[in-house]
Amino acid sequence: MTIEIPKRTYKGAIRTITLGAGDKAVTVGGETSLPFYLFEGERPNPPRIAMEIWDMEPEDWPEHALEPFKDVVHDPALWAKKCVEDYGAEMICIQMISTDPNDKDVPADQAADTVLKVLDAINGVPLIVWGTASHEKDTEVLKLICEKTHGKNLAIGPVEEGDHKAIGGSIIAYQHTCISSSPIDINLAKQMNILLGNLGVSDEKILIDPTTGGLGYGIEYSYSVMERLMLAALTQEDERLQFPMINNMAKEVWKSKEAKLTPEEDPLMGDPKRRAITIECVTAMLLLLAGSDLLIMRHPESIKIVKDIINDFMAAN
Amino acid sequence: MGLTGIQIFKMLPKTNCKECGQPTCLAFAMALAAGKAELAKCPYVSDEAKAVLAEASAPPIRPVQIGNEERGFKIGGETCMFRHEKTFVNKPGFAIYVSDAMADEEIDKKIENFMKYRYERVGVLLKADMFAVKCESGDAGKFKALVSKINEKTDATFTLMSDSKDVLAAGAEVLGDNKPLLYAANKDNWSDMAELAKSAGCPLAVKAETLDELAELTQEIQKAGVKDMVLDTSSRTLRRAFEDQIYIRRLALQKKFRPLGFSTIAFPNEMTDDPFKEAVIASMFVAKYAGIIVLSEAEAHNLFPLTVARLNIYTDPQRPMMMEEGIYEINDPDENSPVLITTNFSLTYFVAGGEIEASKVPSWLLIMDTEGLSVLTAWAAGKFVGDAMGIFIKKSGIADKIKHRKIIIPGYVAVVSGDLEEELGPEWEVMIGPREAAHLPAYLKLWKAD
Ligand code: SF4
Repeated sequence: MTIEIPKRTYKGAIRTITLGAGDKAVTVGGETSLPFYLFEGERPNPPRIAMEIWDMEPEDWPEHALEPFKDVVHDPALWAKKCVEDYGAEMICIQMISTDPNDKDVPADQAADTVLKVLDAINGVPLIVWGTASHEKDTEVLKLICEKTHGKNLAIGPVEEGDHKAIGGSIIAYQHTCISSSPIDINLAKQMNILLGNLGVSDEKILIDPTTGGLGYGIEYSYSVMERLMLAALTQEDERLQFPMINNMAKEVWKSKEAKLTPEEDPLMGDPKRRAITIECVTAMLLLLAGSDLLIMRHPESIKIVKDIINDFMAAN
Repeated sequence: MGLTGIQIFKMLPKTNCKECGQPTCLAFAMALAAGKAELAKCPYVSDEAKAVLAEASAPPIRPVQIGNEERGFKIGGETCMFRHEKTFVNKPGFAIYVSDAMADEEIDKKIENFMKYRYERVGVLLKADMFAVKCESGDAGKFKALVSKINEKTDATFTLMSDSKDVLAAGAEVLGDNKPLLYAANKDNWSDMAELAKSAGCPLAVKAETLDELAELTQEIQKAGVKDMVLDTSSRTLRRAFEDQIYIRRLALQKKFRPLGFSTIAFPNEMTDDPFKEAVIASMFVAKYAGIIVLSEAEAHNLFPLTVARLNIYTDPQRPMMMEEGIYEINDPDENSPVLITTNFSLTYFVAGGEIEASKVPSWLLIMDTEGLSVLTAWAAGKFVGDAMGIFIKKSGIADKIKHRKIIIPGYVAVVSGDLEEELGPEWEVMIGPREAAHLPAYLKLWKAD
């Protein structure tokens, strides 16, 4: 008996998007089948991982998350440099936590200075800048960052319906890439991309942020919206959804209590470091299976494991 | 149903007697094919036609019970490739691997951990389900003693692993009606194994090197009278194992290919030596279709993330997970602690509850039954509005637990505060909390009872 495996043909493909400029630029996307369905399509660019740094010293990270960066968390530029030089980061994502108007509310010019210093320290490695999703403040901060980093092709986000005109305008003017953000809904994701297209953001400059839920905190919603998005892009040729997806997952993983609990707080939860790394890796795995092209991750050990898994998926059969 | 209307029509009496409620036999056949009629409505179908139609309407992936109703679980019975199309139904079982060549301390540790590392979430018990016990000693007596010991000390069900029929028979015997999965029939031993599976009434795992060989084997075994099977394709690299899972499910669902219409067993424990990687591979099998997932470790750091991943992926996308209505105590609250109210959508609870817990501020969280809707949706549906909230707060009994009379509502439903104040009466003060849960800690730290 010879079984014929039912293969699917896809009419659509995900666009390829290049982040950064120069010889360390990174290209994502380009897949022509469902995630890792390499038996019926191509994946010219494997999914990538950006290492997360914060623009200020974190106050609520558990010891096991802080440990690899202990010597550098006081200085975002040193932190970024360590990620690149010691941990081989191919991309950095800086979270602009300090600009949160409900918290430290650091002004835009100071925030832009930090980003410039980080850019200087990472020597051409592509940079993602992630705001606080406060429309007014992000407009100020991200616009200024766009302006000060003209031509560096940073990925800037989250760009949401409420602030897309202002931030999108600067992204176009200063030649960056736009992270199109919508709250776990395929129609809203599409709507955002239509709006960005209308504004004049080029189709070569869009990444989709479908909004990421952590493991145990709504990951199933992200998972299914991402699967539906991939299917719409590939099989229904929905052009406004044919962009690579980015998942800002580190924040979601590491803010959960299960990533932090110590054995004293809950002896039934085992070793906190091993547990948190496993949670981060499992979260990454599910997002990759759902269609992620770009993961933002925190712990160097998690990143190493997930890279290894990606290699196994991409390996010749 | 796998047959077309015309195929079914050929098996009907073609008398157009109308007793089935349809005008003609053809109309009835069409209705059957579309799943809109039941075969029993026609009193005149032959037994032979009944058998053919029953076979054609059997689920494309056979549901198989492992163990029994008390200890055990069901696998298979899935009907879709993607959970959003319908839902995944039968959660895969996690099996902890032990061998009769392992040291006693190692085995005892696994038994202890198996019973110890259990978690509760939205009323669901998260735990490992099974032991996969391998006979490496070649000694049926030793194997039997180990199986018996684990069976007594745990509430697990089993996969018994050996190439020898006699060894498996010895293990199955001590388990009685806790029917183990017998692993595995292969091209050399299948006839013996089929015989054992039949006489012991156990499901049988079938292992082959290729899908072709696997399909041939399951057909032979079925002819020998065994219906409940579980597949192992022998792939132990990530990419091939992943692809096999997709092939098998597609063949079963899209081609109604019966020889592979079974659930699968996966062995992350044989795919890597790195325990982290093993857990990640296991999570791949949770999302991509395995029925039993064998793990080398039974530790909190793998069982917690994996059982949560399983809960999430197997949640019915049509039905949100709900919390029970009531008062939840966070960080040991007292009579001067703040009181917050939100809906019983489990995600709302986890996110808000998580932030409150992280704030370290002792608090009371009132969870109101809104049929699992989130704050804004429940408000829009008229379920999370002032008068309903007021009635719930009064009957919840929170007033007996606190001295103050202040209630914090989610910022998104600030508009209900007037109605809520009216319902609660003048002694209560309604306070508008932040819109985003992330801002709760800052808010609670500033909150004062007086
Ligand atoms: S009851 Fe049976 S024989 Fe009579 S019309 Fe219906 S299908 Fe035909």
